[in-house]
Amino acid sequence: MPNNTLLIFRIGVLTLALATPALTMADSPVEAVAPAPARQAELLNLIRQDCGSCHGLRLEGGLGLPLTPQALKGKFPEALKQTILHGRGGTPMPPWNPFLTEAEAGWIVETLLKGLP
Amino acid sequence: MRKLILITFFLPLIFLQGCASSSLRGTGDLGVVIERVVGSVQVVETTGRTRLGQISGLGDLSHASVNYSRDERYAYIFGRDGGLTKVDLLEMRIVKRVMQSGNSIGGAISQDGKLVAVANYTPGGVKVFDADTLELVADIPALDDNGKLSKVIGLVDAPGNRFVFSLFEAGEIWLADLRVLARPALTKFRNVGKEPYDAMITADGRYYLAGLFGEDGLAMLDLWDLKAGVKRVLNGYGKGEQKLPVYKMPHLEGWAATGNELLVPAVGRHEVLVVDQGNWKEVGRIPVHGQPVFVVARPDNRQVWVNYAFPHNEVVQVIDVPSRTIVKTLKPGKAVLHMEFTPRGEQVWISVRDEDRVKIYDAETFEKISELPADKPSGIFFTPRAHRIGL
Repeated sequence: MPNNTLLIFRIGVLTLALATPALTMADSPVEAVAPAPARQAELLNLIRQDCGSCHGLRLEGGLGLPLTPQALKGKFPEALKQTILHGRGGTPMPPWNPFLTEAEAGWIVETLLKGLP
Repeated sequence: MRKLILITFFLPLIFLQGCASSSLRGTGDLGVVIERVVGSVQVVETTGRTRLGQISGLGDLSHASVNYSRDERYAYIFGRDGGLTKVDLLEMRIVKRVMQSGNSIGGAISQDGKLVAVANYTPGGVKVFDADTLELVADIPALDDNGKLSKVIGLVDAPGNRFVFSLFEAGEIWLADLRVLARPALTKFRNVGKEPYDAMITADGRYYLAGLFGEDGLAMLDLWDLKAGVKRVLNGYGKGEQKLPVYKMPHLEGWAATGNELLVPAVGRHEVLVVDQGNWKEVGRIPVHGQPVFVVARPDNRQVWVNYAFPHNEVVQVIDVPSRTIVKTLKPGKAVLHMEFTPRGEQVWISVRDEDRVKIYDAETFEKISELPADKPSGIFFTPRAHRIGL
């Protein structure tokens, strides 16, 4: 099962990269330019409260999958970032790119992988 | 001797009087406000619009919901983390608390008030508890024919001590008859549609309606005519149109049934749909401010109040039912999560999560009457729900 998930992620990233040249910039590994402190606070609130409405306030899962560091272990950060930005077809996960820059999405992935403060 | 008689006569009187003045009160104007992050509830009363106290230690209360005992004294609180807690609104304390699953989404109380059922995501299924002791009395895993567990959503009570619920992954609706507790009788309706995400039962306990996330439409079960099976209504209401992203799932519990019409949130479009309950056809669409989350009728059914998903969740709109027009747009503040009317509908209480406030509006003039502080408030539940089927 985890292997399948990875495969889907990889294909997803590849397709996106081919389809939208702008996204190839994101080929470099996720390196989060940390947002300003005030924005970080907003993003943390977004993660807990709004991501939390499907993934659970403690990110232990709900209608959406768990997003704890253990649950995300072994997943490609870039694929996670693309899922955040563009959503995931065939599931209720919506695209968040109207509200997040690429850098912010990268920072969210880093934060999730480390575990919320 | 005389002294003794006097004492035995007066002492109980004094004692009784003490009780009467300090604690005797009804519960019909009480309610709870969920504080989702800190895992507590505030006990509130709607007559003087005050907070009476707080009960803590309830776990992860994201997406928490509440049912009430028929005497309106006890609240059963369903937490996201699988915790089921029975609290006493008068003594303001936890009576009993059990961790009954890994991840749960809501519950229901039986017609006779003796059973509390919980819908679980992990492991997918329904567990039924004795409402008095919270002892497990029935366990119904949501196993489909392929041996896979589904998340259970849209659990409601139905007349005849039955519960109805839906299986998200399997796309099924199950009816559990618990009149004989030792043998819950299950009736399964298969292939009802893709990904039922929430459901409701009409106030008369007759129609169970599940909203489908995976396709446009609703799955409808007429409990007066089970042989007819599950029918699809509002099928393909958005065919050919690009769906908008949904940043928070609509909730169907508050679906507004107003006389002959049902007002329901569309999924993936910024509309409230009007459905004729006679023939289950769509008879109108009302364009609104965002993706509707709760569509709640004022108790007199004249108005319907609507709140929205992120990023439109600072707004509440009021629909005038006869004209199907929006008569008021309010901005209570950032992240409006829930609305609850007082029993006869003169006030509406609105939780504004990011402002840490519950704001109380006059439901006729739309003026804000008052506000109460609350830590990241979400659901607001008043005790008259105890006497309503499906709540």
